[in-house]
Amino acid sequence: MIRAFGIIGIALLAGCSEKPVDEAAFGIAPENIRSGYEFLTAETQALQNDDFANPGLLWVQTGQGLFQDGGCAACHNDPGTEFRSVASTFPALDPQSGKLINLEGRINLCRTRHQSLPELPYESDDLLALTTFVKSRARGGTIDYQITDALQPHFAAGQNYFYSKRGQFNLSCNQCHDENAGAKMRGDTVSQGHINGFPAYRNDWQTLGSSHRRFEACDIAVRADPPALGSQTYLDLEVYLTARGNGLTSESPAIRR
Amino acid sequence: MRNIRLSVPDNAKSGDVIELKAMIRHDMESGYRVNIQGQTIARNILTFFECRFDDNVIFSADFHPGVSANPLLKFHMRAQKSGTLTFEWTEQTGQIFTKTAALAVLE
Ligand code: HEC
Ligand code: HEC
Repeated sequence: MIRAFGIIGIALLAGCSEKPVDEAAFGIAPENIRSGYEFLTAETQALQNDDFANPGLLWVQTGQGLFQDGGCAACHNDPGTEFRSVASTFPALDPQSGKLINLEGRINLCRTRHQSLPELPYESDDLLALTTFVKSRARGGTIDYQITDALQPHFAAGQNYFYSKRGQFNLSCNQCHDENAGAKMRGDTVSQGHINGFPAYRNDWQTLGSSHRRFEACDIAVRADPPALGSQTYLDLEVYLTARGNGLTSESPAIRR
Repeated sequence: MRNIRLSVPDNAKSGDVIELKAMIRHDMESGYRVNIQGQTIARNILTFFECRFDDNVIFSADFHPGVSANPLLKFHMRAQKSGTLTFEWTEQTGQIFTKTAALAVLE
C-alpha cells in the first residue's frame, strides 16, 4: 500500500520542476536508514574499522598506483582530494553525450576522451582499483545525492526495478531489503540493501566487487537472469539506490560478509 | 606484481616490543573450487612466509589451502638496534614476493 503511494508520488512529482527526492519513493523512513555496516557482526565491523586489516585498501593502493602511473594525475590532483564529493554526485549525466554514467563510466570517459585509451572492461581489476581509489577519497562523507529533472527518468526506472518481482522465486528487492531488513536468511542478516559501502570487499567473494556485482548476486539468488554489469538497467538502479541511501556515510571500501 | 602492505613503526625505543603487520594481495586459490563449467580451478597458494631482521629470521609461517585470500599477518619483535626488515612470501610456483622496511631504533 505504502509502495503504491510512493509510485503515485513520483508520477505527480514528475510534473513539477524543482523537487527534492520524494521520501515516499522509499520503503524506509529517513530516520530509520541504516548502513549495511550495522547489520554486520562485531568481528566484521572490526575488520572494516581497522585501516590496516581492511583488504579493500589493497585496491586503493593499486588504484593510486594506476592513477599516478596511468596519466590521471596529469589532470587531476594527487592524491585525489578533488574527488571528495563523488559519493554524492555519481551516477551523473555526461553533458557531452547526455548518457548516464557512474564512476566507472566517468573513469572510462577520461580514458577514451582525454587519453585515447580503450575502455577498461566492467569489473576488471584495473577499473575496480581506479574506482575504489577515487571513491575512497569520499570515505566518511555524508551522501547527499540530488535527483535533478534530468535524472528523474533514471530514478523512476531504478525504482521500478527495485519493486518488480522477478526470478523463479518471484521476489522483488524491496521484499527483502525494505520489508525484511534485520531478518535472518540462512546464515545471513538481511540489511536494507544500501550501496554506500561499494566497491566493497566481501568475505564471501574473497575479493572486492562493485555494487553492480552485488545486484547481480541478488538477482541470481532469486534465480532471475541478471542484466549485464554496467548495463542501463543497473545504472538506473544505482541512481535509485544512491538516493535511497541519502544521509548515510560513504564507507567504500567497506567490508561485507 | 603483487601489492604488499606493511605496518612497521617509524621508530622505536631500544627494548620496546613492536607490532609488525603484513598483508599481500593473493587469491589463495584453494584448489577445491570449481568454475561454472564444473571444472576444478587449479590450486595456487602462497606456501611460506618469512620475516627477517637483517639476516636473522624473526618469524615464519607455513600456509595451507584453508588460509583466506589476501592473508594478513601480525606478529611482534623486540626492537634492539636499527636495521632492515624483510618480508618475504613464497608461492607454490616458487615465485618470491618481497618488501622491505627500515626500522630505526633510538637509544
Ligand atoms: C531473497 C532476498 C533478497 C532479495 C530479493 C534481494 N536481496 Fe539484496 N541481499 C540479500 C542478502 C541476504 C544480502 C546480504 C546481506 C545484506 O547485506 O543484506 C543482500 C545484500 C544486498 C546489498 C549489499 C548491502 C550492503 O550493505 O553491502 C545490496 C546493495 C542489495 N542486496 C541490493 C539488492 C537489489 C538491488 C535487489 C533487487 C535486484 C536485491 N538486493 C534483492 C537478499 C536479497
Ligand atoms: C587530459 C586530462 C584528463 C586526464 C588525463 C584524466 N582526466 Fe579525469 N577528468 C578530466 C576532466 C576535464 C574532467 C571533468 C569532466 C569533463 O569535462 O570531462 C574529469 C573528470 C573526472 C572525474 C569526475 C570528477 C568529479 O568530481 O566529478 C573522475 C573521477 C576522473 N576524471 C577520473 C580520472 C581518472 C581515474 C583518470 C585516469 C584513468 C583520469 N580522470 C584522467 C580530465 C582528465
